Amino acid sequence: MNIGNLPFVVAALLVIFGLYTLLFKRNLIKLVIGITLIETGVNLFLVTLGYRTGGISPIYTYAPEAQQMVLPTPQALTLTSIVIGLATTALLLSFAVFVHRHYGTLDVRKVKELKG
Amino acid sequence: MTALTTHAPVLLIAVPLLGAFAAPLVGKLGRGVRNTLIGLIVLFVALLAALLAVDVFGAGGAPTVYELGGGTFTFPLSGGQIPVRILFEVDGMSAFMGLITALIVLTGAVFSFSYWKERSGGNLYFSLFLLLTAGIFGMQLTGDMFNFFVFLEITSIAAAGLVGFRVWLKQSQEAGFKVMAMYTLSGLLVLLAIGLLYGQHGHLNIATLANSINGGLVDMIALGLLLTGLAMKAGAVPMHMWAPDAYGEAPAPTSAVLVANSQASLYGLFRVLFTLFGVGVSASALGWILIVLALLTIFVGVTMALIQHDLKRLIAYGAVSQIGYMMLGVGVGLARQASIIASSGVDALSDAATKLDFGLVSLQGGIFHMLNDAACVGLLFFASGVIIRASGTRDLNRMGGLGHRMMWTSIFFAIGAVALAGVPPFNGFASKYLIYEASFQLSPFLAVIAVLSSILLLAVFVKAFQAAFLGPKTDATAHVSDPSIGMMVPMAALVLVIIVFGLFPGFFVDHIVTPAAKALWLGHKAYIGAVLGGI
Amino acid sequence: MNGLTSGFGAWNPIAWALLFVGILVVSFIVRARGNKSYKRGSGQTKVFLSGNEEPADADSLHVRGDHLYWGMIDGLSAYYRRVKAWHTGIFSDYVAWFVGVLAVVIVILVWVG
Repeated sequence: MNIGNLPFVVAALLVIFGLYTLLFKRNLIKLVIGITLIETGVNLFLVTLGYRTGGISPIYTYAPEAQQMVLPTPQALTLTSIVIGLATTALLLSFAVFVHRHYGTLDVRKVKELKG
Repeated sequence: MTALTTHAPVLLIAVPLLGAFAAPLVGKLGRGVRNTLIGLIVLFVALLAALLAVDVFGAGGAPTVYELGGGTFTFPLSGGQIPVRILFEVDGMSAFMGLITALIVLTGAVFSFSYWKERSGGNLYFSLFLLLTAGIFGMQLTGDMFNFFVFLEITSIAAAGLVGFRVWLKQSQEAGFKVMAMYTLSGLLVLLAIGLLYGQHGHLNIATLANSINGGLVDMIALGLLLTGLAMKAGAVPMHMWAPDAYGEAPAPTSAVLVANSQASLYGLFRVLFTLFGVGVSASALGWILIVLALLTIFVGVTMALIQHDLKRLIAYGAVSQIGYMMLGVGVGLARQASIIASSGVDALSDAATKLDFGLVSLQGGIFHMLNDAACVGLLFFASGVIIRASGTRDLNRMGGLGHRMMWTSIFFAIGAVALAGVPPFNGFASKYLIYEASFQLSPFLAVIAVLSSILLLAVFVKAFQAAFLGPKTDATAHVSDPSIGMMVPMAALVLVIIVFGLFPGFFVDHIVTPAAKALWLGHKAYIGAVLGGI
Repeated sequence: MNGLTSGFGAWNPIAWALLFVGILVVSFIVRARGNKSYKRGSGQTKVFLSGNEEPADADSLHVRGDHLYWGMIDGLSAYYRRVKAWHTGIFSDYVAWFVGVLAVVIVILVWVG
């Protein structure tokens, strides 16, 4: 197996761990951490897409001549995704705080008044 | 006016975004000033959507490409230009969805002015409302996949904020958490799919991606992720369980805009299926997956609606069921398109269009139903807001006797309910008629389930109407009356839309729906050609 | 203006509406030729409740929302018992359904497409 494929494997593992957390953990905060894990995995996947072997950072100032650069577009995508993840995590955590204030518990199996 | 039309795609996103951030500041000057500003913004947005629609439909549904700055678009870049390469590409389907969104946002905003009259927090509510509007228009007008993801997340955050807006209510916080988490999960999987497509092909623009997609393993995995993620956000069974929570707990005018949000992600699904993956990767499995999801949605949605005793959850399950009709119409069209391409090649598609093949008719029905459903469900949610405020409870087992004193509300509710259930001569029947006829040609079982569920939906709304409006006068409802004019005008406008679209369906189908349907059915080459300049 | 065509049939709502208005006119003419000699407000116009007196409070007269379709819901109770049990309010189940459908769709697309 090519050693360069390792980041992709790690990204896939992060997504799988995140989905496992979402499915099998009960605390609301742990569910938010699970979503953050999935998001981290996807961000890692995006950054790894742009890597070129032996490449340097994609900055033109003082760049050595005739040197391959890594792709800058996935880095822009990842920055955008990190900022979006910040906003969604903040909103999720504030909803978790309000749920705890109203229901008195953070157990997701007890927060089920809207059912049926 | 031409400058407005040329820049309409970006103004439709920028002006509500500016209004969203200006609303809390302007609100400090007073409620009247804020309402005037929001009203002007929403009217301007409706005008822009109409201009864009006239422009695109006048050109026969040919896609127009807008580059930031409004210059003439050339590919590849000629020297000296600023290389901002996020393009907006508006074809017949995008312009049609823009019209639907403009209608719902206009009526929702006018209804919200009266709904939030004596309550605080209106500034932030309108801020989130305009943010949601900007996000929905962004999803519908963009020509770039990552831009689509960004607007998808904007609508997710704004919609979840609106669902959990009333923080003093216990159940809206639970609904807000569930909705935000589900939207985020689906958004992340959509981002994963976009990353896979970028890694495989190297572009993010929808037209250039559509040109190079060839159906390999990575493409199909990305398609599966996109299909499931966007279908979940639209509310397809069995991933629909967040939808009654969300539509039920949001404030009444927002539920209508949340339905428009679901329809926008359904638009994204159709754009992916037909333009990105349609003609290049025509698999009949795609159409049948969509048809199976649609049948489940239609049937489970309406049967779960029958046993609800919360009024807004009942209407929410009805809305979920109608999303299934749109998916059924488009799924039949996709399956038929795949079989035509497999048997006679791509060029037979325009032939089939002139002969009014049942695939095109099914697409027309599904797309027309988006407009009808938005109007009817919007009207029902507005009326439910009025009913809940008048009777003080949301439980159908405790309401009653409102019809004696609220004549106009009961008439509007009845018209909206009957139109949604597909009773002639209203607009719901016009679109459902096309869906029944066309899906019968593919398989009679589909039409049977569709008709049966329409009848069950009528039963559901008879139950709601009887519980809320009929019955003898009670003391509890001795002081209710029809709501103020600010709430009656949006409802009356939607009733007018329902009646006009019901009495003259041929006119609207020929001029508005058929360009949108043809843009999906055979507009693949035109969509790519508008960006790449002839391939 | 002349209605929808679907390739297999046609639907003309103006014709339908004119027919409906025509039927309404005919029924009003038939009603106008009826017997006009009755006394309002007396026993001739009271609601007939199988011979019982009309009860005073609204509760025993108004069939509430949940009880209106009792028979049909009871007939479908086998279906409802299963499907309503699937609609737990638990968030992890929502994710479970989503991941399940995702797996099935990806398997179908990779295998068939």
